[in-house]
Amino acid sequence: MTLPLIIYRSLRQHALSTVITAGSIALASGLLMCVWMVKTQSQAAFTQTTTGFDAVLGARGSKLQLVLNAIFHLEASPGNLPYADYEMIKRNPAVKAAIPIAVGDNLRGYRLVGTLPELFETVEYAQGKKYTLEGGKIFDPDAKEAVAGSFAADRLGLKVGDTFHPFHGLVYDEKNQHAETYTVVGVLKPTNTPVDRVIWIPLHGLQTMSGHDPRAATDVSAVLLQLRAPTAGFMMDMLYNKQGNRLTFAYPVGAIIAELFQKISWFDQVLALVAYLVALVAAGSVLASIYNSMSARQRDLAILRALGARRRTIFGAVVAEAACIGALGAVAGFAIYLALFAGVAGIIRTQTGVVLEVFAPHPVLWICPLAMIALCALGGVVPAFKAYRTPVAETLAPVS
Amino acid sequence: MLAVSDLLKSYPSPEGGRVEIVRVPAFGLAAGAQLALRGESGSGKTTFLNLIAGILAADSGRVAIDGTEMTALGEPKRDRLRAEKIGYIFQTFNLLQGYTVLENVVLGMSFGPGADRLHARDLLGRVGLAHRLDHFPRQLSTGQQQRVAVARALANRPKLVLADEPTGNLDHKHAGESLELIREVCRENGAALLLVSHDETVLAQFEQRKDFAEINRAGAA
Repeated sequence: MTLPLIIYRSLRQHALSTVITAGSIALASGLLMCVWMVKTQSQAAFTQTTTGFDAVLGARGSKLQLVLNAIFHLEASPGNLPYADYEMIKRNPAVKAAIPIAVGDNLRGYRLVGTLPELFETVEYAQGKKYTLEGGKIFDPDAKEAVAGSFAADRLGLKVGDTFHPFHGLVYDEKNQHAETYTVVGVLKPTNTPVDRVIWIPLHGLQTMSGHDPRAATDVSAVLLQLRAPTAGFMMDMLYNKQGNRLTFAYPVGAIIAELFQKISWFDQVLALVAYLVALVAAGSVLASIYNSMSARQRDLAILRALGARRRTIFGAVVAEAACIGALGAVAGFAIYLALFAGVAGIIRTQTGVVLEVFAPHPVLWICPLAMIALCALGGVVPAFKAYRTPVAETLAPVS
Repeated sequence: MLAVSDLLKSYPSPEGGRVEIVRVPAFGLAAGAQLALRGESGSGKTTFLNLIAGILAADSGRVAIDGTEMTALGEPKRDRLRAEKIGYIFQTFNLLQGYTVLENVVLGMSFGPGADRLHARDLLGRVGLAHRLDHFPRQLSTGQQQRVAVARALANRPKLVLADEPTGNLDHKHAGESLELIREVCRENGAALLLVSHDETVLAQFEQRKDFAEINRAGAA
């Protein structure tokens, strides 16, 4: 009980500096874990979020833009492609399923995407998972009906039976309202994919919306594809991207998103560097706070030595105290991590529909706190040496 | 119990060379004996006690406590010997201000034979502080702080108690009471008591007393 008592009393005696130092460690620890978890989880989530499709066919342009637009419902469409291209690729025996989509309208900032009912009837958005309805039914392809994704329905307060007028464009502008009235006939259950942020209407409805160019009334924005075998993807890549010059075939979807993360990997590195620096500064603050208080502690340490405490006991007590400050900081760091991560995950979900799991197990969640404790203990070594060398007789009493 | 021979301690002088503070050719104290050393301020009394306690290293000479030559031991063993066999009452008490009364006494025991909270409570009751166990030193009067220091010094049932001007900070009435308490508890525990003081009233209470100058030859040559 000796060592815990010495540590406890010392922490209590220097409560203010203990709290401030532990707070800076908590910030460093929480920031490090958050950066790491957001980075790894978002990379994994985005590269695995294919909503069940292997490839996307679209107008000539960037593969990344095409995937972001057609799968993640971000970015503008690179352009349209004739309906005939959809029909042609649909007939290709290597294609298991082809679902056309059309974009260009929104409802108060949430995208309206035109498609066919087959998307909800045949496609598995993840292994063994098909779209299911929270209530209502899938739209009639010839009616002005809509099925709302769960997140969009929640945010817009849509329920079965509600009606709305779509707005033109991908960005909400209240002046650009279409005359058509759509009725919500179904609300999807959450899928934790970008689909949740979309309001789905019949393909034909979006193509022929008032104010849209009648010459493009049969065009589609992209075709989502499921292939029968990976070799088909490479053959089509050759066909559309290398031999052809009119369309873009984005395959495989996950690899294209991974390229995006590679392009912005410098940003992760900057964030990680900042977090490491914060951690180092926190360890330095442990060193400084204990070292600076050594003059005030020296008398107590000399008394302990006079009572029979060994030098190594004193050394160990100071190092253990530093480690305890690190442990307090690490525990508080979890709270900061949870708060930060919840905030970031909320933003990512709102912007992309991708869900990050705050409690997903990852080695960084135990490596980081342990590393912080070790770093703090290391920071305690310098003041511990000073404590170790405390001259007992000189500190306690002058020569008489 | 205590045997000192050819003990020398000196410090560097500002003018160069060294100034001898303690030079004790021979000194001894039997088990259970109580001896008062008279000495003026600056005579080296505290240094002498610190050398006996092993919290200050001698230049040369030997100090033996209960048959164990302390000066021949390495520092860890010396610390252990001090914790087990020596009780030290400092002039300024040297209580740990961040610890309660009970913790001050228990902590003193924990470096020796081991913490015994029951014994610590008994001892604090014996010195009249049973109702102050959870108080901090700053919440006590000077006399009460001195009694905590006495309880802490005696908690490990030491063979030798060193008292450095133990009543120097107390008024006349409390000084007398406190001194009697130290002597009584030492007698009960069979501990030898070596007290240093310049206060004639204190010294007068001891049957055995000596001038420190008689045993300390520092500067005599």
